[in-house]
Order: sequence, then structure tokens, then C-alpha cells
Amino acid sequence: MPAITIVPTGTANMASVKAAFARLGVETRLADSAEAIAQASHVMLPGVGAFGASMARLREQGFDRPLKARMLANRPTIAICVGHQLLFASSDESPGVDGLGLIATHVGAFETDVRAPQFGWNEVTALEDAQVLDSGFAYFANSFRALEAPGWQVARALHGQRFVAAMERGNLVSCQFHPELSADYGAAILSRFMELGQ
Amino acid sequence: MSRTGLTHRIIPCLDVSHGRVVKGVKFQGLRDAGDPAERAALYQAQGADEIVILDVSATPEGRGNQHETVRRVRAALSIPLTVGGGIRTEEDAFELLEAGADKVSVNTAAVFSPEILSHIATRFGRQCCVLAIDARSQGQRFEVLIKGGREAVGKDAVAWAKEAEALGAGEILLTSWDRDGTREGFDLALTGAVAAAVHVPVIASGGADSAKHIKEAFDCGADAVLAASIFHDGDLTVGDVKSYLLEHQVRVRP
Repeated sequence: MPAITIVPTGTANMASVKAAFARLGVETRLADSAEAIAQASHVMLPGVGAFGASMARLREQGFDRPLKARMLANRPTIAICVGHQLLFASSDESPGVDGLGLIATHVGAFETDVRAPQFGWNEVTALEDAQVLDSGFAYFANSFRALEAPGWQVARALHGQRFVAAMERGNLVSCQFHPELSADYGAAILSRFMELGQ
Repeated sequence: MSRTGLTHRIIPCLDVSHGRVVKGVKFQGLRDAGDPAERAALYQAQGADEIVILDVSATPEGRGNQHETVRRVRAALSIPLTVGGGIRTEEDAFELLEAGADKVSVNTAAVFSPEILSHIATRFGRQCCVLAIDARSQGQRFEVLIKGGREAVGKDAVAWAKEAEALGAGEILLTSWDRDGTREGFDLALTGAVAAAVHVPVIASGGADSAKHIKEAFDCGADAVLAASIFHDGDLTVGDVKSYLLEHQVRVRP
């Protein structure tokens, strides 16, 4: 089983992510250089905290380019929560800050007639031919979400509108929810992700 | 709240003192109720949506003990974990998050220094920042209590919830002091008043004795319920409660 290399974004709480991989018997490493990100077989971009702060931290460490490059090269990479949002062009959370821009669309705030943050378990519906993603209940903790992800296979959930709950494309997986906190449903996604590229 | 697939959450609460789960009425007469990691794993297996650990003995000396408990619970838990009790500073919050909490719950410290909510929300994100409010009815209103229900501070619970939301609290954990440990059902007037006043989720706590009580709290606006004694005594499992709720058309995670 390959190890997972986690990209530090400075704000993320790593303990839950590490514990989730430990339960799967996967060794976790912290990326300490751009080379580590470029060379790792499997990379995770976690994220707790704000879009702007996370993006600034990635740029400061020179991690934004190798991350984007490996994703463009279809090397196994999974993004979570704010990490997921960083793949988009921009976010209402931090106006004027560019994301990684793998996807040209924008991340917006929830409508005002639903609770925000969205805290809790929402029902995710994946497409039947998805490779890693699946339908089931996942744990969310977010105030912002994307509505479209052109070119990706999108799994959706409903909160205000049907938003992008997760998406995949080749060896890339990106979840708005927290697979590491989504019980067996989330563990199965992490496990299938680790099998990509094998 | 309309147009959402979000489910109502059932959150077992572990009151922990010196590394052991304890239970008591109105925080008095504490009795041993087992090992926190074992309890948490049991509730997770029953279908709990989250776990809350409240350190009811939290003291500066007990801090290391608390971190060890959090680490042990985290290792076994693949659902969210909130930790509260004795959090005074942003650094206390940081250490608990490092140990494995996903959210921290602040109570007394926020009453005296509300800016701690902004500091936690700014540094770790709003999703980490839970405000716990202990309240009791006072005529038509509800007053905030601190120090484990021992002291009133002349603060209105509904106004305090709104203020905390504006400062950065991402969730309100609302405990009725009148009902806590009594098994008479949730204080629905309190729960409804706070849930209607804020946009963030509200967790109702204090007084649950049956699945019916839990349904009542959801019906009056709670997004989640916290319960300790009914689960500790084994009268009901989380699964029993969820079966009842599903039969009564309440959305929960199956």
C-alpha cells in the first residue's frame, strides 16, 4: 500500500485525517518541500480555515505549482473541504484571491434561507459510473460551495441548491465533505482513492 | 429550514472527569460510567452522528489528562468530535484541535471575553468554534449561567446567542439548566427561541428521556440533540432513537 503525503496548509486540523488513514493501515507523511509533492504517489490537500489564508500559505511555501502540475498530469490527488474549494478559480469567502484554477468556476456562499455553516450529514448522490465516489451520507462543515464543475464527474447534495458535494476525474478526487469524518462511507472513499494509479 | 438534504443529528455526550466518563444530575453526585474511548466507539457503532466530550473537572493540572483522552477517542472515531470544558484561551483550543478534536466548545471564557470566539473562528475557522450556553428560565426570558451552572451573570441567552454568532460562533450548544439530568424533556421554549434567532445550527441539550422528547426538539427548530444519561444507562441506543425518528418522518442518517 502506498503512503499518503499530506500538504500542510497551516490552518488544517491534521489529527482526524491522520487517524482515518491509520485505521486503513496507510502511512501518512507531511509534505515538507515542493519535490515531495511532485514525487509522492498519493497526495492529499486538506483544508480547514479560510480560502484566502490557505491559498496564501500554499503560495508562500511554493506548493501551489507542484500541486497543480501533478493534478494536470493526472497523478492521484485528493482534496478536501477548503482544499476542494482551492481547485476552483475564486471564492466569495476571499474576494480577489485566485485559487489554483483547475476549474474555471466560482465558489459561492449558501443562500440565506438555509442554515450556514452547513453542519452535519447530508445525502450525496453520485453518478453510477463513478470510480471512487459513491452515494451515501457524508459529513459537511462548510459555508461556501460550488454549483458547477465542468469536465468533472460530479456527485451532488442539496442545501439551498444542488451543489457540488464531491467530484472526480481520472485519478483526481475532490470532496466538499470530510471523508475522514464520514464513518464507513468516507473510509471506503479514502480506501478506493489509495487504489488509484496502482 | 427548507430545501436541504441535511439530516438531524444525534450526539451522545460524554462528561469526563479525570479520564473517566461520569454522570450525575445537575453536575452533582457524579458516578463512574466507563472509559471514554470505549463509550465513544460504542455510540459510533450504534449510529451516533458526532460525539461531544465535556471535561467537567477541567483544571490547569488536568489538561494533559484531557489531551490524552482526546487522542485515544480520536484514534477510534471516524465521526466528528467536539471537546469542551475549561477552554480559556486560543492556545487551549489549538492544543485540543492538535490532539484530535474537530471542534472546540467554549462556555464561561466566552462570557467574560467574547473576543475568544472571533480569535478561534479567525485562526481555525468558524466550523471549529462552538459556543456552549447554559441557561435557565427567568420569567419570560432565559438567563445565561456560567461555571457549570453555579453562577448567573445577568445575560439574556437569546441575545447572547445572536452576539456570539456575529462574533464567529459556528454552532450553539444550548443546555437547559432547568432540565439537565431531569429526564423531563427538552426546554422547547428555550430551544425554539434560540433556533429562531440565529442562522447557525443549534444543538438542544438537557432533559432527554425518550425518542419522543428528541423528536419534539427537532420539531421546534433544533438541528441536533445532545444526550447523555439515556444512552449511558442503556435504556435506549442511538439506533433505537433513529428508528423511532425514521418511523415518524424525521430525516436522520440511517
